[in-house]
Amino acid sequence: MLHNSRKPSWRRLALDAAALSSLAFILVPLVFVTWLAFFKQEIPSFPPEGYTFHWFSSMLTQKAIIDGFVTSIEVGVVATLIGLALGVPAALGLVRYTSWWSGAASTFLLLPLVVPAIVLGTAIYVAEVEAEILVYGFGIETPVIGTIGGLIAAHALIVIPWVVRLVTASLVGFDRSIEEAAQNLGATPFATLRRITLPVIRPGVVAAALFAFVISFSNLELSLFLVGAGRTTLPIAILQYLEWKIDPTIAAASVVQIAIIAAAMLVTDRFVKLTQVV
Amino acid sequence: MAKVEIASLSKRYGENFVVKDLSIEIPQGEFLVLLGPSGCGKTTTLRMIAGFVEPSSGQITLGGRDVTTLPPWKRNTGLVFQSYALFPHLTVDENVAFGLEMRKLPAAERRENVAEALRLVRLEGFGERLPRQLSGGQQQRVALARALAFRPDVLLLDEPLSNLDAKLREEVRVEIRELQQKLGLTTVMVTHDQDEALSMADRLVVMSQGEVRQIGTQRDLYERPADRFVAGFVGRSNFLAGQCEGDGAFISAGGLRMACTAGVRGKGTLALRPEAVSVGPEAAHLDNSFEGVVEYISYLGSVLDVRVRLAPQDRIIVQIANRSGEVLPKMGDTLKVGWPATSGRVFAEES
Repeated sequence: MLHNSRKPSWRRLALDAAALSSLAFILVPLVFVTWLAFFKQEIPSFPPEGYTFHWFSSMLTQKAIIDGFVTSIEVGVVATLIGLALGVPAALGLVRYTSWWSGAASTFLLLPLVVPAIVLGTAIYVAEVEAEILVYGFGIETPVIGTIGGLIAAHALIVIPWVVRLVTASLVGFDRSIEEAAQNLGATPFATLRRITLPVIRPGVVAAALFAFVISFSNLELSLFLVGAGRTTLPIAILQYLEWKIDPTIAAASVVQIAIIAAAMLVTDRFVKLTQVV
Repeated sequence: MAKVEIASLSKRYGENFVVKDLSIEIPQGEFLVLLGPSGCGKTTTLRMIAGFVEPSSGQITLGGRDVTTLPPWKRNTGLVFQSYALFPHLTVDENVAFGLEMRKLPAAERRENVAEALRLVRLEGFGERLPRQLSGGQQQRVALARALAFRPDVLLLDEPLSNLDAKLREEVRVEIRELQQKLGLTTVMVTHDQDEALSMADRLVVMSQGEVRQIGTQRDLYERPADRFVAGFVGRSNFLAGQCEGDGAFISAGGLRMACTAGVRGKGTLALRPEAVSVGPEAAHLDNSFEGVVEYISYLGSVLDVRVRLAPQDRIIVQIANRSGEVLPKMGDTLKVGWPATSGRVFAEES
């Protein structure tokens, strides 16, 4: 009896310990970066000599970092919108029309996840150069490489798999008879999509948008190849800064980035409970 | 509400007929039930009327309007789904208003119709709730209100009671039937439950493997079943294998000679309702009178099912009323049983 009641409590302890250490593993970098951002000395070392807000004001004077913020948000928002516009219909199609090609199409849409980002970056760079040459051949002289459009297109590509996956997940268990009910009540297929299907899968779509934005916002490898002269994204600005200095300005910038993403998550969570979708 | 006409309607996938050559005219205000085991084509027929399944051939007319090729949203049918299919993100009011909104009714009129529909199903005051805040029975009534609010030409019910518990089911049967009669709704219901079918319908269509076996009232089906399938599916029947002589005589496998309705000649089956058999002294005066041994008795309360062995190959179930003070048969007793010739219906062996 004693043996029996002890055994589950040991298991319980082991589970708690595993959960706690995983949580710590995730949190430690965040905690340290945040802590570091307030260190007084320029070369980070322990223990801190004191605390200051200096690095946050120093960050604001770094034009590259501020511009990077703006560009990253711009690219992230537009890439997310494009990703939703393409990914949501794709997910609806994949779940609905199962035929011999739907498995292949589903794999195809997830491919950008499989290819290492740095390889993808190179490939897109080459593709965009080729595209420029191609349109030039038709007598149209338009830049592709190094433009914000080229950068957004590449980001849209990497967010699509996330949108497709999350929206597909939210469609599992979707009762299709409610769509038939809508049509029976006089709704055209378009009205059914707008009034019934999309509102019902909204949590999945919102989660997909959030993930897409975070993926785009924190991407470094693709952007490295595709940014034009005088335009950087935040991760690139951070990288470039680190080539010369290692003072906590970067930690301060990271804290702002963490805060932005955390705020996005909190706001999203007010509309849909994220724990229910992901 | 309108008359529904279905003319030689078929649905076929390759060589396989799911519904074969169904023709029926449903007058305005009739409650028609499509009855049959699963896979008999009854649901496909309903879905063809609603427009979700495209017929392979045939014609469907609602109130004189040929809707055969129209999409569901242009048909004006009110369908209650087995799962109710309420919109989970809309309130009860918004669910019921959906059909009216699609028909672009002005807001004031819409509110009136919604209130009226909810009153009909006795759900006043529930308008603000979401479907998940309602019980199964209430959800079912919302589905019914939603299907009625926009005044469809025909009400279609797809096993509407199968998700309710047994007691509630019987109440709702009566409610739906009363509502249907009060409003004069032309209604087509699909069910596999014969009790439900018999208690609600004006007329029934018995289907099996895509084919119509018989169309008629409860009484037609029960007293004059068209074939062996109907005799077994609607109510209970004893089936005795044997040989028909054609002139109203049937020789059972056990060698007993039985008088029956004239008709078939050759190998066949005699169908006999358990309650059509009399027992005891009165049995001796009937057209068919036999003696048998009681093998088993099921005491069901108001009635008893008595299994009587008439001959080594012939056994029948006899249902007798449990009247107070009467001596009940016991297992092993020898019992006199009998029935009139008209109670025994013979069917040719099915191919």
